[in-house]
Amino acid sequence: MATVQFLRQRWFYVLLLILALVLPWSITNRYHFQIVIMGCLFSIATLSMNLILGYTGQASLAHAGFFGIGAYGVALLTKGGLSFWLALPLSALLAAAIGFLIGLPTLRSRGSYFAISTMCFGVIISIVAGNWIDFTGGYNGIVGIPLPNPLSIPLIGDLGFQTQAGQYYLVLAFLFLTLLIMHRLVNSLLGLSFMAIRNNEVLAGSVGINTFAGKILSFVVANFFAGLAGGIYASLMGTISPSTASLELTFNWLIFLLLGGAATLAGPIIGAFVIPVIMEYLQFLAEYRLIIFGALLIVVIIYFPRGLMGGFTTLQQRVRGLYTQRRG
Amino acid sequence: MEVKNLTKNFAGLAAVSNVSLHVKEGEILAIVGPNGAGKSVLFGLISGLLRPTSGVIHLQGEEITGLKPHRIAQKGIARTFQTTALFDQLRVVDNLAIGYRLRTQGGFWNTLLHTRLWKEDKDRTTAKVMEALSFIGLAGKAFHFVSTLSQAEQKRLSIGVALISQPKMILLDEPTGGLILEDTDEITGLIRKIHKVAGITVCLIEHKMRMVMDLADRMVVLNFGSVIAEGTPEEISNNPEVIEAYLGGESIA
Repeated sequence: MATVQFLRQRWFYVLLLILALVLPWSITNRYHFQIVIMGCLFSIATLSMNLILGYTGQASLAHAGFFGIGAYGVALLTKGGLSFWLALPLSALLAAAIGFLIGLPTLRSRGSYFAISTMCFGVIISIVAGNWIDFTGGYNGIVGIPLPNPLSIPLIGDLGFQTQAGQYYLVLAFLFLTLLIMHRLVNSLLGLSFMAIRNNEVLAGSVGINTFAGKILSFVVANFFAGLAGGIYASLMGTISPSTASLELTFNWLIFLLLGGAATLAGPIIGAFVIPVIMEYLQFLAEYRLIIFGALLIVVIIYFPRGLMGGFTTLQQRVRGLYTQRRG
Repeated sequence: MEVKNLTKNFAGLAAVSNVSLHVKEGEILAIVGPNGAGKSVLFGLISGLLRPTSGVIHLQGEEITGLKPHRIAQKGIARTFQTTALFDQLRVVDNLAIGYRLRTQGGFWNTLLHTRLWKEDKDRTTAKVMEALSFIGLAGKAFHFVSTLSQAEQKRLSIGVALISQPKMILLDEPTGGLILEDTDEITGLIRKIHKVAGITVCLIEHKMRMVMDLADRMVVLNFGSVIAEGTPEEISNNPEVIEAYLGGESIA
């Protein structure tokens, strides 16, 4: 019980924030630092996938497609001379707008049909990226994408992004922004109406919720943040290719989300940091790792439908139940 | 509410054929009939889940035929389902808050920016949820998950979810289906309270004849998708056609 209360305290989060802020001083290995940066970036992608899949219950498999749209948007715009700080919101808005157009037909289908139709869209994006050579550079991709322009902040001076620390703070800031927005959305009547759609769409309609509009909104917001993550990725990596929009990436996030805990806010972040580390340790198994994750996924879906985070909460409830039973 | 010449065909089979009925404001109307008579289909047509093949539905003079379910709910017709439908992954308070959602406006930007409108909506929802909890007698279970409630509690909650949006009329599809006698009485009491205290028009489908006779102001009897009788409970219980169709010749009361 003490640990549970500890997790609920506000200063626990403050401590977490301070730890995140001082992290660059404790990491000396460049490779490890890169993994942390990618963890933050993929946390944004997984958190946004969580909104449409975890909270609204619509399994969109086009997520990497929208990530790719954001990435190509930023790559082409910044190479064309536009500032990163303008190119990024524009590309994310483009991903959101395309999400709206794709959502109009696909969100009329349900369950696995929606998953299949969005998966097709994701594949199409990656094929277009590979074959529209004049525009996207084909399968060679785009190289030499500039880093974000330095930000000049009063009193502090210019904040550049050549260093890993600078890049880390950039992705961390966007991760916090994403987390704040997701927190506000899901802890509200609007978020409840998303969960109502997930839980029982017919009943949600009968109590006056416009279920189609709700699904569209959730899908558009999720794709905005997928595009945002993709845009940052392009600028930090410097090179992108059709694999930036690949289905493999979508399935990675799906594993992060389901193992970490769908429909929780901490789950996607935990998944995005912990799973790559496990993957790293299982490197010696090569492709056989996927068998382990496949089996693990089945076990988790059956026994812990809400992943690590959900399993933790269920355990906590059971313990509390035993505790009160014994007292009563 | 006025239903005129409503027909619904499923692959040529008429589930509801040429039904006309009138629900007066402030009454309790019971729709009875044997299994497969088309009662639930009729509710589906009124609440917008099914589109009628022909016929029109008016609510207070306004045509609502063929509108989407959420539009019908916004017009003021709430409903419950025969197999108790609730948001079973969520808590009791969440279910009620979702039921009140159509009376709030807080869209995306208001939610994101926590505007004053959003705060007002939130506070009003909390107050309404508390009110509804005590109305349906579930105040002690506010933060319980739906799956931990008893069958009777779930029935009460499903009525609460429909009620909290302050509808003009509530459609109850077998509100006491599958309940034991004591629980039935409790639900009957709740329906009376909805009618008297909240002043909402009630239209219900029910199988338990004694309960219906006791509760309803008027009754409509359906058989094979058509209205075969309409009237007060006494008139219905003495109607030979009803006795023949519904009870196979036995007397009712």
